[in-house]
Amino acid sequence: MTLLNATGLHGGYGGMNILNGIDMSIDSNEIGVIIGANGAGKSTALKAIFGLLNVTEGSVLLNGKNITNMAPDKLVRAGMGFVPQEHNIFPSLSVLENLEMGAFVRRDNFSHLIDQIYEYFPDLAEKRNQPAGELSGGQRQMVAMGRALMTEPSLLLLDEPTAGLSPRFMNVIFDRVVEINKSGVGILMVEQNAKQALAIAHKGFVLAAGRNRYTDTGQALLNDPDVAKSFLGG
Amino acid sequence: MNELIFFFNKVVVAGTVIGSIYALGAIGVTLVFAILRFSHFAHADIMTFGAFMSYILVVAFPELGGYVGLPTGFVVMPIAMLVTAFFAVGLDKAFYKPLRDNNVKPVVMVIASIGVTLMIQGVLRLFAGTTSRNFYFAENKEIFRIKLPFEAASRKIFITEPQILLVLFLIVAVISLHFFLTRSRLGKAMRAMSDNPDLSRISGINTNVVVWTTWMIAGGLAAAAGTLLSLDVTLKPDLSFNILLPIFAAAVVGGVGKPYGAIAGGFVVGFAETLAIFNWSILLRPFSGIIPDWIDVPSTIAFVPTEYKIVVPFVLLIAILVWRPTGIFKGKVL
Repeated sequence: MTLLNATGLHGGYGGMNILNGIDMSIDSNEIGVIIGANGAGKSTALKAIFGLLNVTEGSVLLNGKNITNMAPDKLVRAGMGFVPQEHNIFPSLSVLENLEMGAFVRRDNFSHLIDQIYEYFPDLAEKRNQPAGELSGGQRQMVAMGRALMTEPSLLLLDEPTAGLSPRFMNVIFDRVVEINKSGVGILMVEQNAKQALAIAHKGFVLAAGRNRYTDTGQALLNDPDVAKSFLGG
Repeated sequence: MNELIFFFNKVVVAGTVIGSIYALGAIGVTLVFAILRFSHFAHADIMTFGAFMSYILVVAFPELGGYVGLPTGFVVMPIAMLVTAFFAVGLDKAFYKPLRDNNVKPVVMVIASIGVTLMIQGVLRLFAGTTSRNFYFAENKEIFRIKLPFEAASRKIFITEPQILLVLFLIVAVISLHFFLTRSRLGKAMRAMSDNPDLSRISGINTNVVVWTTWMIAGGLAAAAGTLLSLDVTLKPDLSFNILLPIFAAAVVGGVGKPYGAIAGGFVVGFAETLAIFNWSILLRPFSGIIPDWIDVPSTIAFVPTEYKIVVPFVLLIAILVWRPTGIFKGKVL
């Protein structure tokens, strides 16, 4: 069964539609990457899937279950994790407390998950008791991803996880995305670093004006001269 | 020596007492601001409500304190705190949550809280009138007169039992609050929501439970502050009117949204008040032989006359907003 199946999504803010019929589907062993020009509706599509924005038409299915317009806290319980692009950590809480907040819905012992996140991101293990607001941009992104992984989601949504990061941290984040995906978590991410992102993507969605312009495997999109010319900087 | 003891009684003891009351009130104000992002003007009325709850219980069971050797008002206080905690949650559900659900601006919430203030005041006066009430009608207030082991010290240090209970309660409350906020799951969620409400929701934190917990803590502490203040002096229905400005000043001075700042702010405002109304002329008396005749020392040298002491928190509030709007503990800017 398809992990995520979004079909014909329409929606926007305050009556103005930004999404004009978007289709996306992802399997649990796949990484999906959304690219497109500014204002194409990339982040809006993620928010619509995660219930942060009213979907006026279309449907979102998670493991076959209709989750359209479900509240974010219910989606977390249903197995979805979301990492916003900005304001994605609790700055005055320590790294460890940030991870604990990610596990707020859990009632079981989750210490093994914290260890696993420290394995993914050894930087965090060193700074576990430091307020997250004092970390560098790259480390904050690690905290944000770690927090979202604490519920052991089946699908992780990432909104521009490498925005504003140095090349070193960018590579770390991409490597971890692949690693997390291999552990059985489906990933759908919006990325500005389109080439690097499509290189690891099983599926790529190129959006324009709130619609799917191209939908194919990451490799096929990278090799498509039209996509390359319009969206990958030639 | 006697002059110093007078100073101790009038400034150190009085400042600690009123500072503790302000701190207990300001913690509530600051927590509500941290979680709900609005200044809750009805907070001092929750204090009055809590004090009346204690008073009703004292009237109903005047003998209770005698069994444990503590003032009855203090013995029944936990029940009043609990009732007031639920009262605060009720106020939220009835008046603030509907507004929140409609995403109103914070200023609308502030105005609503002024409405709630007027309502509580009206209802309390309707049932309880406007007279002052004494908690100690069936028992005696224990007053400790401490004689210092000095020849020159004929005056005694005066401390009353409710003052000691107040300070002990504040210490226990602050330590418990600290452990709650740093160790418990819900306490951490409160700090998380104060940091970033949107991310809290995205993380699956049940924000309604966090909001109710905040009201319960704020309401419970307000009831304790109201009761302990009334035990020390008397229960006046206009208690809230006199205390609202100082507790807001305390919260702002400490840094809005910072519970530890509220405690520090409470003492800053409390001591500023007692220092400002203290008659400094008394401390000059021992030096009357040294001061030349041509300097006429007035019998009263105070920064502010007692009846104008409300000016002190007001000036502090303005000063801090002008020079350091984030307060001592770098809170949120109003």
